[in-house]
Amino acid sequence: MSDAPADLKYTKSHEWIRDNGDGTVTVGITDHAQEALGDIVFVEIPDQGREVDADEACAVVESVKAASDIYSPLAGEVIESNALLNDSPEAINNSPYDEGWIFRLAPNDMTALAGLLDAAAYQQVVEDET
Amino acid sequence: MLIHDRSRPGRRAAAQAPLAMPEVTDIPAALRRRSRPALPEVSELQAVRHYTRLSQKNFSIDTHFYPLGSCTMKYNPRACNTLAMLPGFLARHPLAPESHSQGFMACLYELQEMLKEVTGMHAVSLAPAAGAQGELAGVAMIRAYHLARGDLARTEILVPDAAHGTNPASAVMCGFKVREIPTGPDGDVDLAALEQAVGPRTAGIMLTNPSTVGVFDRNIQAIAARVHAAGGLLYYDGANLNAILGKVRPGDMGFDVIHMNLHKTFSTPHGGGGPGAGPVGVSARLESYLPVPLVAFDGEEYRWLAEHERPESIGRLTAFGGNMGILLRAYIYARLLGREGMRRVSEFATLNANYLMARLKAAGFDAAYPQRRASHEFIITLKREAKELDVNAMDFAKRLLDYGYHAPTTYFPLLVPECLLIEPTESESKEDLDGFVAAMIAIREEAQTNPELVKTAPHTMPVRRLDDVRAARQLDLAWQPQGQQQGST
Repeated sequence: MSDAPADLKYTKSHEWIRDNGDGTVTVGITDHAQEALGDIVFVEIPDQGREVDADEACAVVESVKAASDIYSPLAGEVIESNALLNDSPEAINNSPYDEGWIFRLAPNDMTALAGLLDAAAYQQVVEDET
Repeated sequence: MLIHDRSRPGRRAAAQAPLAMPEVTDIPAALRRRSRPALPEVSELQAVRHYTRLSQKNFSIDTHFYPLGSCTMKYNPRACNTLAMLPGFLARHPLAPESHSQGFMACLYELQEMLKEVTGMHAVSLAPAAGAQGELAGVAMIRAYHLARGDLARTEILVPDAAHGTNPASAVMCGFKVREIPTGPDGDVDLAALEQAVGPRTAGIMLTNPSTVGVFDRNIQAIAARVHAAGGLLYYDGANLNAILGKVRPGDMGFDVIHMNLHKTFSTPHGGGGPGAGPVGVSARLESYLPVPLVAFDGEEYRWLAEHERPESIGRLTAFGGNMGILLRAYIYARLLGREGMRRVSEFATLNANYLMARLKAAGFDAAYPQRRASHEFIITLKREAKELDVNAMDFAKRLLDYGYHAPTTYFPLLVPECLLIEPTESESKEDLDGFVAAMIAIREEAQTNPELVKTAPHTMPVRRLDDVRAARQLDLAWQPQGQQQGST
């Protein structure tokens, strides 16, 4: 069973969301997602300042198997992207919840965070898929 | 070994080399290169040997079973090649006048007519030079249609996740936003999800039917009715036309645009990046947008229809009329088959696929959609093998090469984990299909007794297992002379 920390929120499309407590959230892809994708060779990160809608594709993760869109879990503004991924895309494989974060977002509505999946619900999604 | 590694300064193919260096006068000095290009310097015999050896390393339909799903790697009959190489075809100049090209244009016209007939479309253009270009042309026509009607709100193209992988790219290249529609557990498009997505912003839907999960969507008429009712158009990706040739027609299913891959269904040479041919067919309402040139026939003479006759056309896609040599081969193939033969193509393609799927299932492999009959291709999932034996789909694929079989498509479509997408085509004999099953069983036994053997395959190919991760992370695409090598050491 892949790892899904209890203090994070999740989406059905395998993004994780961390509430930074300062009106921003950090977004990445889950351990399950990186494992399913395999060795990641390229990440296209969103531009700083970009306004995104909820469920809008705003980043791309490419592995030797596939290229996958990453969807913004909430509407808001991208305030930072993880530039480390430009040179070290494998950070997502090695450390999906930490060094492999993809972007930080200032959501328009922080309360929408409550509508996302918790760790148990996400594990159920993974279980249903496999 | 690269041909550059055989290079020695000053060595040349004397009989081929120019007597004197041509003097360049018409390129401004600032645009001329400052140093000579690093071209290999080899003798004629060295060049011949190098490329002959390379050709002997080819793993091709002429040498091996090649069940690469959705690519339809079927046999290319020699007759098509021989007839398309007749001097009258080969020596025709692309700027030759119509009066000198009547026989050639008759072939193209008849090909247009045959493709119309077999797809049930209203009109066909042969101009697109590849499947991808056909897709681009098809979506561009959808766009032109909505724009001409002043219907500017239609900004979205719906693409099911079991559609061919190029569809979203074609839609984006034409300025549309892609909305993905999920597939239900039985392999058909999820109608509830379609219902939610379709509306006044829908420009069209791009469907591959049978889809890349290898099943025929049974709800196609309901989908067509729903999308048409919302004002959208239906695009048919012809990637899997081989399954339905002469049986069901996309035009009758309600499609407005189709592209056909002649290098798949009509058996023109395939692979190595081309040349391909991707004709497009349309319903009556899109006819005026077809790419030019087209061939017209008034009962006596064939003539080109170009921009002047088709002012609403989306335009030209190639300098002349498309890949003529490929179109000729497809024409000859269609004539060799005839109407009856086309039906046999799809009958034997689906029979071979279903036989292969039944035998693999009986051997204990898991079909991704076991309750469905296969079309001309099917998916097995090696999820269980990956979990229990730690030998995955890629390992099976690589080991198949050692057994003399080209690997099926791996890890596509993405919605099935550890999948092999297998398309035997109608060309293969029962013995070859049985041989493939025997190889799959043997590899599974190896995975149980000697997994390292499978995980490090291939062992008999000119190159062993390549590090595709490193190749993708550290792109190294240009040869550099010794001492100037870039990147890793």
